[in-house]
Amino acid sequence: MKNDPEEKKPGFGPGLTRRKFLKTMGSGAAIAAASDALTARSTAEADVIKPETIMRVNLSVNGIHRSLVVESRWSLLYVLREKLGLNGTKVGCERGECGACTVLIDEVPRYACLTLAVEAQGSKIVTLEGLMHGEKLGTVQQAFAEHDAFQCGYCTPGQIMSAEGLLRSNPAPKPDAIRRAMSGNLCRCGAYAHIHSAVAHAAQLRGKKGGAS
Amino acid sequence: MTDKEKTLYYVEGIPIPETPRPGESPAPWKRTRIVGKAVPRVDAYERVSGSAVYPSDVSLPNMLYGAILRCPHPHARVKNLETGRAERMPGVHAVISGRTPAADLPWTYSSQGTRKKSKLFDPHCRFEGETVAATAAETPYLAWDAVKTIDASYEVLPAVSDERTALDQGAAAVHEQGNRVGPPTSYERGDVAGGFAEADVVIEENYRTECEIHTPMEPHGCVANWDGDRLTIWESTQGVYRIQQNVANVLNLPLSKVRVIGHYMGGGFGSKLQAGKYTIIAALLAKITGRPVKMILRREETYLSVGNRPPSNMTLKAGIKKDGTLTAMDFTCTGTGGAYPAGGTSLVDWQVRDLYKCPNVRTTCTDVYINAGPARPFRAPGHPQGAWALEQMLDALAEEIGMDPVDLRLKNISPVSQARDGQPPYTSSGFRDCLAEGARAFGWKQARRQIAAAGKSGVIRRGVGMAGGLWVAGGGRPPSTIILKLFADGSVNLNMGASDIGTGTKTVMSLVVAEELGVKPETIQIEHADTGSTQYATPSGGSKTVPTESPAVRAAAISLKQQLLEIAAQDLAVDPASLNFSAGSIVSKNDPSKKINFTELSGLKKRGVVVGIGYRGPNPANKVTNPFAAQFCEVEVNTATGEVRIIRFLGAHDSGRVMSRLTYDNQVCGGITMGIGLAMTEARVLDKNNTGKMVNRNWHDYKLPTALDVPEKIDSLPIEPDDTEANTTGAKGLGEPVTIPTAAAVANAVYHATGVRVTRTPINPVRLCRLLAERRKEG
Repeated sequence: MKNDPEEKKPGFGPGLTRRKFLKTMGSGAAIAAASDALTARSTAEADVIKPETIMRVNLSVNGIHRSLVVESRWSLLYVLREKLGLNGTKVGCERGECGACTVLIDEVPRYACLTLAVEAQGSKIVTLEGLMHGEKLGTVQQAFAEHDAFQCGYCTPGQIMSAEGLLRSNPAPKPDAIRRAMSGNLCRCGAYAHIHSAVAHAAQLRGKKGGAS
Repeated sequence: MTDKEKTLYYVEGIPIPETPRPGESPAPWKRTRIVGKAVPRVDAYERVSGSAVYPSDVSLPNMLYGAILRCPHPHARVKNLETGRAERMPGVHAVISGRTPAADLPWTYSSQGTRKKSKLFDPHCRFEGETVAATAAETPYLAWDAVKTIDASYEVLPAVSDERTALDQGAAAVHEQGNRVGPPTSYERGDVAGGFAEADVVIEENYRTECEIHTPMEPHGCVANWDGDRLTIWESTQGVYRIQQNVANVLNLPLSKVRVIGHYMGGGFGSKLQAGKYTIIAALLAKITGRPVKMILRREETYLSVGNRPPSNMTLKAGIKKDGTLTAMDFTCTGTGGAYPAGGTSLVDWQVRDLYKCPNVRTTCTDVYINAGPARPFRAPGHPQGAWALEQMLDALAEEIGMDPVDLRLKNISPVSQARDGQPPYTSSGFRDCLAEGARAFGWKQARRQIAAAGKSGVIRRGVGMAGGLWVAGGGRPPSTIILKLFADGSVNLNMGASDIGTGTKTVMSLVVAEELGVKPETIQIEHADTGSTQYATPSGGSKTVPTESPAVRAAAISLKQQLLEIAAQDLAVDPASLNFSAGSIVSKNDPSKKINFTELSGLKKRGVVVGIGYRGPNPANKVTNPFAAQFCEVEVNTATGEVRIIRFLGAHDSGRVMSRLTYDNQVCGGITMGIGLAMTEARVLDKNNTGKMVNRNWHDYKLPTALDVPEKIDSLPIEPDDTEANTTGAKGLGEPVTIPTAAAVANAVYHATGVRVTRTPINPVRLCRLLAERRKEG
């Protein structure tokens, strides 16, 4: 196992290898998507973890270490909301289409509905709540409020996390980069025009603060 | 209007005794200090910080999670249901179905169709996604495990999936009596045949708009909890009192025992005006288990079971004289509200009947059943569909007589509502300015000249298009009751029953209070959307919330002011009539040294609070209040690939007074974005030749516009006619008119760019490529 290149795939923390993750899934889409060779080898080698198997995970959420017991099939989204009470992250589709559950995993905006809690072990997770400075809004949140970059507000946490991820990797994005970065987050109210101007404004606000969120 | 249209958002004709008598209402504002300004929302902090609690965020101690087994077939009878294994699963606390005595309850899908009764768990499932059984368990994962463990067998029945063939010989019957919802509804004025005889040009064309699904970002759902015989429901809804009424009715409870709370909600667009079966199921599961139950639908369920904008198949024949005078219009529509009566053709003909001056008009609408989920009102029901036909027809007529499309519309503006009995005038109509000022701001004539000069060579072609519209409602009406409390420190509590569905209702109402009382909006705390603690309100739909609630808020503020003036008159020993309000204090008109702050009033200190109550006054008799709209857009079409890029959009809207500029502009952008979805991306696809099932029941296959699909430039141009008659704030509805002309404007622009008229939605590359190829073949 030690020399298995799979161990070093990005996006999988030290708590879970890609191979072990696939076994966790037991059957279904992930297995079907994997190569036959890998599948065959995996099932032959080790015990299969059943979906409802109880496991302990250690999560780093908004800089706080959380240790909890989960079913291996629980999504990060479910654990954040229903077990840790972090309701800023919203449920829209639970199938990676809308972006309402976007969180930062190791600085990259990712859908928490497509990430298993056990898969997130060892990564740094930041949710909407993690952008607050105590009671004060972060820069992206502030810009969204000032530009009325929402209507019902339900997709907003995900939009803000995508914008935050963009600005962390690209502090001065051009308009086209903003549109692309935000295109993984649906807004049925259609507030895209205001969202765009809010993200551009947030980039300016951060520039003044020396890049801080 | 027909009876069913009247009950879409409110019950007409019931006198409201508590509303002020005519003449007692204050005059409209001449100028405003803060109303209409671009200020951030009063609840912006909650919405961007994550502290806003939506119903799907509600988490109660000991809470269970519910899940629903739905019929996988478009038409089937439940033969056998084996629930024993599911009931015995550890962590599963209840399994209910039609065989559960407490769950044997009647159900009607829409207030518009009480003729076709259903049951909460109807063994005769007339659409895919009909409820069959439900479970409650410790986690949503377990609840779904239990659903999958239920062994249900069905007798699959023949189904009809297309309203265009539902009346054919041999079509499967959705209901035993056949597939007609009722006799066709018709409307006629003038002499239609005579009108066509007078015309210089007559054009007839068929149009179709596809079925759209609302898909608000927050799925439909609720949390239900019982305290003894009292039921509390946190529902994602546009109107808590409507939910209370629905639930009390089905469960046979007194209204007082049903409390519905809906402070925040993640979008509805008409699909959350009523309770769902899921609401009742959650309440039953909570009752049976003695624990709170959270029931949030999965995304796929929201595609099948909680409403849609019906597909519309329209034919429009129109006659015109060479000078641009419309002489006659004959319109027919066939639509479907799905498997139950649900307004399948509701208001589709309204644009044709009412928008442009035409003495001779006939419309006929046929509503049929198909085996698909029942419709629900969808942002301006019927109107974008009717506009799709009418506005494309006007463009075709304009071209035929060699007139500019804007000029043709300007020539046919009606000063009265032609389709209503007695043809009453509008309290205001800014339609002329929407068209003329909109065209000027957009640079319409210049853009047309430039495009004409560029010629029709090359693969990439530019075009501009426009369309007009009006919304049948949008004037608001009684009832509404508002309570304002002024506390001893000068801060204010605003209590109203209405929901803020994302349009900025709370912000607008705060601005009204701030305007009247001179207090800062941030000192106003709003309590709203809770049947247990706020006043009765009709649901937020029909673009009527601001024109309904804002005059009542203003009336409450004025009542509060009158009381304060009387208290101040005692303190200052002057006549109340000699006193004026000035930003947080009360001053003598004659002697400015006689001045007292709210907070110093002895009467206020003693009482602790002064309460102002406001009611919504009646609308003016024999007049109509409607919002008007004109939208303009420019597109770029790749004639090789059929791709359409929308370069820019402009919405010129007469929604009366602008109450809050930021939320106003946001509505305009949002309506245009949703209209682009109708025009270009959205269509429910049923597997009509085979299984009858919906094949694109998710956001991957059913495409909403994304940040990359909307133009970089969307301009909002408010047209504010001085409406002194509509109500005391001069506001008209905005949320719906903003999406009425959009799709037609896009189609007209695509025609201008390519010479191809796309009469069916969506205008996607596949369809446009085929039409362009056909045209090339024809030469």
